[in-house]
Amino acid sequence: MSDLRPLSAHSRESGNPVPTNEQKAGPPLARGPASNLDRTLRLALPVVVLALGLAIWELVVRIENIPPYVLPAPGAILRTLVADWALLSQSLVVTLITTFEGFALAAVGGVGLAVLFNQSRVVEYSLYPYAVILQVTPVVAIAPLLLIYLPQHAAVLVCAWIVAFFPVLANTTLGLHSVDRNLADLFSLYGVSRGQALWRLKLPSALPYILGGLRIAGGLSLIGAVVAEIAAGSAGAGAGLAYRIVESGYRLNIPRMFAALLLLSLAGIVIFYVLTLINYLALRRWHESALAVQR
Amino acid sequence: MTLNTLAPLLALRGVGKAFPNGVRALAGLDLEVRPGEFVALLGPSGCGKSTALRIIAGLSEPTEGIVEWLGAANAVRRESRIGFVFQEPTLMPWTTVFNNVALPLKLKRVAAAAATKRVEAVLDRVGLSAFARAYPRELSGGMRMRVSIARALVTEPQLLLMDEPFAALDEITRFKLNDDLLRMWQSLRTTVVFVTHSVFESVYLSRRVVVMAARPGRVFAELAVDAPYPRDQNFRTSAEYAAFCRRASATLRQAMSAEGVP
Repeated sequence: MSDLRPLSAHSRESGNPVPTNEQKAGPPLARGPASNLDRTLRLALPVVVLALGLAIWELVVRIENIPPYVLPAPGAILRTLVADWALLSQSLVVTLITTFEGFALAAVGGVGLAVLFNQSRVVEYSLYPYAVILQVTPVVAIAPLLLIYLPQHAAVLVCAWIVAFFPVLANTTLGLHSVDRNLADLFSLYGVSRGQALWRLKLPSALPYILGGLRIAGGLSLIGAVVAEIAAGSAGAGAGLAYRIVESGYRLNIPRMFAALLLLSLAGIVIFYVLTLINYLALRRWHESALAVQR
Repeated sequence: MTLNTLAPLLALRGVGKAFPNGVRALAGLDLEVRPGEFVALLGPSGCGKSTALRIIAGLSEPTEGIVEWLGAANAVRRESRIGFVFQEPTLMPWTTVFNNVALPLKLKRVAAAAATKRVEAVLDRVGLSAFARAYPRELSGGMRMRVSIARALVTEPQLLLMDEPFAALDEITRFKLNDDLLRMWQSLRTTVVFVTHSVFESVYLSRRVVVMAARPGRVFAELAVDAPYPRDQNFRTSAEYAAFCRRASATLRQAMSAEGVP
């Protein structure tokens, strides 16, 4: 999906400098081959770079005879990933659950707070500065304190929430203020209640902004979960991927550190694309951001 | 002219509007709207005609004068009496044509079955039955404006207020919509107040052209357009129409020189 967006930018540059309506609407016959080439390059080039990088990495490790506790070769990391899959997959699930819970709390809390702020100026003025303070204080510094006062699972969740809720709050607030003024007039002409205006006008208007906030929050809740796990340093069955990284570091099991790191970044990528897909599905019929993709 | 002897549906008496920044949009505006008539407010931009419309709709409060609703209409609440069509289609982009048109009924909690019937009827009237499930984004500018008109008509308002609704459309589409609007007005027997800055549009559509002057906005003159309805292509190309347009243009020019600004 996202790989199509720059494509249209490209065709705009390479196409007729003054495209007529027919050209825009009609099938892009003249641009077809160029577009296909462009798309192929867009997919192929990162893969080539990855393959080259891995090959050089593998070669350097072998030629220089670097021991795995200094720098493991990609092959060794892959073998570790397979060998330790039982342990790592369990940790992956733990981290993903924390991330998802933190994300859900951030979504509900962020949207809920924004709606509350929108309905009551007193509440907004009273609480908004503290939302900002929570956001600007590094969560790494807050985590140890939270672990003192809260049960471990709750502390980890709160960390994920603190990191993730602010973009949802800020974007939703912006969205709720971006209602078309004529539409707002129309609603007041029909004498609607505040609840109706919120449900039928403000929230739908804000939807693209809310989804944008959620897309940021998805990645951030993973970060929050990882930071909290590292600060908590818990062991045993409930240990997440971040804890595995710390633990493997202590044991000089560097290949496993890399394997866990690989899983974390894959999780982040999947979260990002799932949210992008939701965003696309929700907006494709009406919002400019999603429509641009279809062209 | 039996129409003029009817009691007015609504009257603006000495209406003035001053904005907090000191701009006086309207001063001493007197206007009567009689039931069933089609009246056009014609004036240069900045003469306060849109402001007058918003005051009639209750979207804006006058700072001087009063808006009187007269006759039996008084018993009905204002929001159920008025349909408003904005300069832009002003549709909800996130939902279908059907839901856009159904909005006023949903807001008034009309039962779903009854609402569906009324929405279908009004969509049929504006010729968009086939597009009920389309999204506004998928329609042309003229079709979007039709949806907007359908939404204003779905409550069967006594008074339809239109704020330069066709100003952004191309001429062919505008002519077509003018004809359709006249047809709907005649069959629905509703009252229309139509704001425009086009002399030709005002004469073609209305029975009465109210020419406004600016700074501050006020009524400068009134012209009766005593041509019978239904009006169509023949009227548009007639000498009679041309004469009315010439008179309206001359009056508009006088109105503009009266304000002392070129």
